[in-house]
Amino acid sequence: MKNPITNLQKVFDSRIRLGIMSALMVNDTLDFNALKELLGLTDGNLASHLKTLEQQKIIAVSKQFVGRKPSTTFKATELGKNLFRKHLVALEELINNQ
Amino acid sequence: MKTNSSNPNEDIQAIREIMERSSKFLSLSGLAGIFAGVCALVGAAVAWFFIFDSGQIRYSGHLQNYISSINSGIGFYLALDALLVLVFAVLGAVYFSFRKAKKAGRQFWTNSTRRLLFHLMLPLVSGGFIILILIFRNKPDMVISFMLVFYGLALVNAGKFTFSEIHYLGLTQIVLGILAAVFINYGLLLWAIGFGLMHIVYGTMMFYRHERKK
Repeated sequence: MKNPITNLQKVFDSRIRLGIMSALMVNDTLDFNALKELLGLTDGNLASHLKTLEQQKIIAVSKQFVGRKPSTTFKATELGKNLFRKHLVALEELINNQ
Repeated sequence: MKTNSSNPNEDIQAIREIMERSSKFLSLSGLAGIFAGVCALVGAAVAWFFIFDSGQIRYSGHLQNYISSINSGIGFYLALDALLVLVFAVLGAVYFSFRKAKKAGRQFWTNSTRRLLFHLMLPLVSGGFIILILIFRNKPDMVISFMLVFYGLALVNAGKFTFSEIHYLGLTQIVLGILAAVFINYGLLLWAIGFGLMHIVYGTMMFYRHERKK
């Protein structure tokens, strides 16, 4: 039997990145404040994790203006969604093999 | 929040919790339902005992003659009665949900709140317009049925974004609304069952399932 560990995505080792991705799987887009509120994080902490996810092309970022205020929204990319599903399957296998 | 995951069970739990919290309005309190139900029962009692003179005035047929216009006595008092019930029920819903959010340390006005309200208001406002048109065209016999059906559709629509009880409460209201269209003489009774009794039943159920156990 193949080792499920190999399918675990390193990027989702962090509970915070896992949380961001969970929220983006069930919401088409979320803005920075919504994520901050949801996960109860500081601006800096959230921003650094978002940066990591963006660099790995797991999430896509778009900036626009709402009135005069800049607003940044995030969405999961197809790649990101696939990796997340893979990660979930691996977690499940781990649980079943315990 | 933990940074490193070593326990897949905890990970799955965290994923599920965040998915639910980010997509559903969980601050809706069962107490809001109970309070709305009580308001509706009081409103129905006022309509029955004072406006319909304890059944001396029948809802159908007869009523048509009484409501010649919204300005005539009975039509005006019924509309006022219904409006007061609505205002108190909505105020109660906001108050109890706000309180529940505060207790749980959650924000009240979030994406989920906006999404829930949008999906609730769409059928509700459409129904509201249809009902106003019926009243002004002097066709009051279907008003109660439409109130129940449109409210039911609104709840089913909004039910996807909050507790599943709301979905079933909506289905119940739709069934009652169709019955009210068939048995027009029992309109007020069915209204009291739908807006009064069912709110209390489902509100109590929600309270015991989601609030009491903690």
